[in-house]
Amino acid sequence: MTTLPIRVAVVGLGKMGLSHLAIINAHPDVRVCAICDASGYVLDVLGKYTGLKTYTNYQSMLAEVELDAVVIATPTSLHATMVRQALERGLHVFCEKPFCLDGDEGEALVQMAAQNGLVNQVGYHNRFVGAFQEVQRLLAQGVIGEVTHVKVEAYGPVVLKGKGGTWRAEHGKGGGCLYDYAAHPLNLLTWYLGTPQGVGGTILNPVFSEHVDDEVYSTLYYPDGVSAQLSVSWSDESFRKMSTSVTVLGKLGRIRADRQECQVFLRNNAVLPEGYTQGWNIRYTTDLTLPVWFYVRGEEYSAQIDYFVAKIKMQAAADNVNDFASALATDKVLAMLVADAAKGASTTSGAPVTAPKKKRFIFG
Amino acid sequence: MDRLLFGDNQFFGINHMSEEKARAQSMRFQEISAVIDVLDCAFDQGIRTFMCTTHDRIAQVADHMRANPSRYASYQFYPCMPYAHKYANAVTEDGMVGAIRRFLPSEGLLNAALRGGKSLATKDIEGITTLLIDSEMKMFEGLNTPVVFLQNVVVDLLLGLGFKDAFRVFAQHVRKRYGAEPGFITMNLPALLPVLREAGVENPIVCSNINKIGFRMCGGVDEYERLLRGGGFRAVAMSVFASGAIPAEEAIRWLGQLPNVEAMVFGASSASNIRSTRELVERLMPAAASQGAGSGFQQPLVSVGG
Repeated sequence: MTTLPIRVAVVGLGKMGLSHLAIINAHPDVRVCAICDASGYVLDVLGKYTGLKTYTNYQSMLAEVELDAVVIATPTSLHATMVRQALERGLHVFCEKPFCLDGDEGEALVQMAAQNGLVNQVGYHNRFVGAFQEVQRLLAQGVIGEVTHVKVEAYGPVVLKGKGGTWRAEHGKGGGCLYDYAAHPLNLLTWYLGTPQGVGGTILNPVFSEHVDDEVYSTLYYPDGVSAQLSVSWSDESFRKMSTSVTVLGKLGRIRADRQECQVFLRNNAVLPEGYTQGWNIRYTTDLTLPVWFYVRGEEYSAQIDYFVAKIKMQAAADNVNDFASALATDKVLAMLVADAAKGASTTSGAPVTAPKKKRFIFG
Repeated sequence: MDRLLFGDNQFFGINHMSEEKARAQSMRFQEISAVIDVLDCAFDQGIRTFMCTTHDRIAQVADHMRANPSRYASYQFYPCMPYAHKYANAVTEDGMVGAIRRFLPSEGLLNAALRGGKSLATKDIEGITTLLIDSEMKMFEGLNTPVVFLQNVVVDLLLGLGFKDAFRVFAQHVRKRYGAEPGFITMNLPALLPVLREAGVENPIVCSNINKIGFRMCGGVDEYERLLRGGGFRAVAMSVFASGAIPAEEAIRWLGQLPNVEAMVFGASSASNIRSTRELVERLMPAAASQGAGSGFQQPLVSVGG
């Protein structure tokens, strides 16, 4: 057992960082010993009103504060270095998604965490959503038989006009719909089916943004003719907030799930799990969700932090949910999509299907 | 406070059970007249309090009420602020400070400019918080707003961060500027109550999930029951049906036997659902069940005061 309370620092105080901070600060087994952010405003306000110790420099914080773990919620391009520095100091790490975008670097961090026996987790919170866990449970039991196709989707209203001033609008910093939105359904896909053998027909298309993609579509190929399709847009105002869903087609039935419910259709030759019947079965979030000790914005956000804390307490660093290795698998798919989209479609003329978009001038 | 308050989730495509149902509802309530029809239906049955998010579309409801003062003289809003997704999406686009700036009044009042500018510079939250409250309250000008709530995502975020002063600032401003009682919505009643006490908010109105299956009741049903017995706050029950997981009669019968529940908020889209909920509450939450002082339980659904 690790000595309690577990001493934690939260780094990066944007939307996710604040949310993680509120949740972990409310955890009975944790003491938040420092918070760190490069920009002063939010940091100073928090320091002034909550009494938490503040740092603008990550390395000074690591050097000065005795810690057991860090929660890293900085822009994606900073993850790799920060995770490395934390692991070097023997700290357990919870890092926001996507993990680190560079496959080699990601691999090195996976090794490093494993060698040092440190708990390592990435914030793919959908794996803590009851309905998505139910999908995994049913698939593991083979309830819908051999799977032939999976469709993963996410839509929401983030970029609805042509401007944007944060790092999320910059490709090099891990911005864009691919990294921000599509990473989630892809992570569910790799959870259910593993890493694909290949991808094709990838489209990374700006709708309103200048420098990054706002919609992502792709086909992913698995062994034995199994395929998956990805359909994602963060420029869809018809959704009130981000909505992620997965549909799995099998020879013995079909599963569709989102955060709220899991709908399962089972054919008459399916082996029925307990409580399920032939035809339609619906399980709601109220049936599938376990209570959490503190709720801010969805049980899954609290549950993943609680899981991280529990793993540290038990000093159980191997094979945890959302470990670096599983997040790296998602990173690799993201990289495959980027390469595939750059390659473009095969055409009879050999020319691209559409010319790259250019600014139009008066006579343009 | 009235015993039965009308909620607004059904109008804005919020359904904790089903995204399909949520979408069907947002289609049905696309025209504000459809919303007003349902509110009128509830009003005609004696449900005169609308506990609503400060969503842009509520401004149209407020306009309608203002335009018909004789019909709606006794009508009251319990605004719940802020509509969090508006801010969350803005933060993704503009960053934290950019998002705050976007929602601050952009013109006019020198006072606002001073409060806002000074506040951003000195990192004093009082100015900025009160400005944001004022900007959310603008749509209710001239209407009855005896209680003003802070939404659960903000309450619970502040609670987790340990940002206790914000509760005091909210309560003081709502009382002073609007003559209203501050209310707090939370999923963490047991954790919130001592913090509100510490922040000097006496006998606060606190709205939380209170349902038989303990859905989104952090700390557990037993702890909620213990706190209700202890009193010291004015409890408003929401999610009584746990998004439809508990049959209405069973849900209200259970609520009716709890002490010190001053009001229940519910959402409905049809006249029959409104009527049946009203009848169940009259039957199963009788006035005798009230042990809270001054809760207004003695009157069936409509009472005086906030």
